[in-house]
Amino acid sequence: MAIDFLYPLYEVVRDPQRCICCRACERQCANEVHHYDVDFGCMMSDESKCVACHRCVSLCPTRALKIVKTDHTFKENENWTGKTISEVYRQAGTGGVLLSSMGNPEPYPIYWDKLLINASQVTNPSIDPLREPMETFTTLGAKPQAIERDENGDLVDNMPPQLTLNVPVMFSAMSYGSISYNAHASLARAATALGTYYNTGEGGLHQDFYAYGEHTIVQVASGRFGVHADYLNAGAAVEIKMGQGAKPGIGGHLPGIKVGEDISRTRMIPEGTDAISPAPHHDIYSIEDLRQLVYSIKEATHYKKPVIVKIAAVHNVAAIASGIARSGADIIAIDGFRGGTGAAPTRIRDNVGIPIELALAAVDQRLREEGIRDRVSVVIGGSVRSSSDLVKAIALGADAVYIGTAALLALGCHLCRSCQTGKCNWGIATQRPDLVRRLNPDIGEKRLVNLITSWDHELKEMMGGMGINSIEALRGNRLMLRGVGLTQKELDILGVKHAGE
Amino acid sequence: MKRVYVDERWCLGCHLCEYYCAFANSGKSSMIKALKDRHIVPRIRIEERNNISFAVSCRHCTDPLCVKSCISGALSVENGAVLIDSDKCVGCCSCIMACPYGALSHSESGVIQKCELCKKNEFGVPQCVQGCPNKAIVYEER
Repeated sequence: MAIDFLYPLYEVVRDPQRCICCRACERQCANEVHHYDVDFGCMMSDESKCVACHRCVSLCPTRALKIVKTDHTFKENENWTGKTISEVYRQAGTGGVLLSSMGNPEPYPIYWDKLLINASQVTNPSIDPLREPMETFTTLGAKPQAIERDENGDLVDNMPPQLTLNVPVMFSAMSYGSISYNAHASLARAATALGTYYNTGEGGLHQDFYAYGEHTIVQVASGRFGVHADYLNAGAAVEIKMGQGAKPGIGGHLPGIKVGEDISRTRMIPEGTDAISPAPHHDIYSIEDLRQLVYSIKEATHYKKPVIVKIAAVHNVAAIASGIARSGADIIAIDGFRGGTGAAPTRIRDNVGIPIELALAAVDQRLREEGIRDRVSVVIGGSVRSSSDLVKAIALGADAVYIGTAALLALGCHLCRSCQTGKCNWGIATQRPDLVRRLNPDIGEKRLVNLITSWDHELKEMMGGMGINSIEALRGNRLMLRGVGLTQKELDILGVKHAGE
Repeated sequence: MKRVYVDERWCLGCHLCEYYCAFANSGKSSMIKALKDRHIVPRIRIEERNNISFAVSCRHCTDPLCVKSCISGALSVENGAVLIDSDKCVGCCSCIMACPYGALSHSESGVIQKCELCKKNEFGVPQCVQGCPNKAIVYEER
């Protein structure tokens, strides 16, 4: 119907002088934007199908292609923007919930960009990480509450189980199903090479990846997909997923079309059935219930593995975190409202949750005030984009961070935010064998290792600049941060002074 | 000796290796000048069927049948690489019939052409390998 017509958001610009009609763009586009027209003897494109993933642009051997934002416009209106109008049309045409993927792209404040890092000058020496010892190694887990000695007066090892990280960055939960086998292989191999951890997400652990168990965090989510005793014991830690930053308060849905033979076996569900994760865990309606699951998992894993509880950053996150710390969890993972997803209702992704910076500061403060900060480690995620975000997160009180989007970008993701279509041209968020093949794990592993290694270098440089030589000395060290352009209320919540103070 | 190896697990069937090959051996300064509005005759070819694809080019056999079959002495082995002297080639196609891989073909000028590992062109290293976006073609010692 004409009323449903929406002009494409992006236009494919092809330089006819440069195009040699090699048809690589046509062969590489799963959205079928490009085709060779025999009559005209040239390449043509249908931009209405383009998602701006840049696969064609990246592979074009003569740089004949670019994708531009259309200048086609509705009559300008600050209130009813073109995006808002188009969304009304789409919903009026379909009657459906709008779906999106990856993190919240809306222009909310990014507090990382309003925090500045300190450096030493004159009165305190900075450290050169190339010449002096500098440690970015850290451990996650509950720390002993008291020193214990046996009858001979010797120290008793009462250290609860820990995760040991060579660098305070882990790969966040992305299920096999939401991402491809090759993406998982890249993450697993890179985590092993780097001495850190990746997370299975809620889709179970593929048989092939049990070999990387020492560097795997296995997740237990509300759908309990792929959870069995061997699975729980295969990883280095178990994560109970209560919520996800991109869609707090709702569950998940992997369409049956993506549940092929391999995924069906891994998730322990029949082939072709929808994998629906309920919004809540139906056995957890209180902190006491959560404690039961935490201890069930500890029993199942013989108290040898730390248990992580992951929540989305929501309004009363500090009180919830306090409850989680008291539930017996070893690590709290908090996912901010910019965290990514393979599919979420647009309205929820863009409007629910709170910024991770504020959530982290509030949680760290609350746990310190209650004297229980040592009983848990705090890991945050939800758009840590660079090593400077990482430094700021640690200074605000995080023990380590989870990265998801940044890791996928390293694998080739161009943030076209079309994961929900299952036609990822970069072989990441897809299960189509011809597309999955596009991500060679040899390349993926190397690029992930490169990314984290470079962040580690930068982290050391920034820490050295501050005269700090260990993660422990930076953690919660908010004097190393100053705010710019923030209100007093924001500064109070973040627990930092304004620049110049 | 370093050879070009292909791994069908990672081949996308994008055919870019063919274009990089055709350009590398064209002697032109840009791919556009070399290949625009032209039918390309590369020395590497993608074979594909039923969702499987891989690139085929000269294996540089240790005991090459093509060299044995050459009636004019145009084909020879130099440091392990099978090279062709196009001035000597008479285009009899004996090598094409002898090669079990189908790695030799007619060039645009009529004589036979084959992969010479880009040893004779300005690049010096195989351009199909450089141009492969997914490392499905590698140049290494095995």
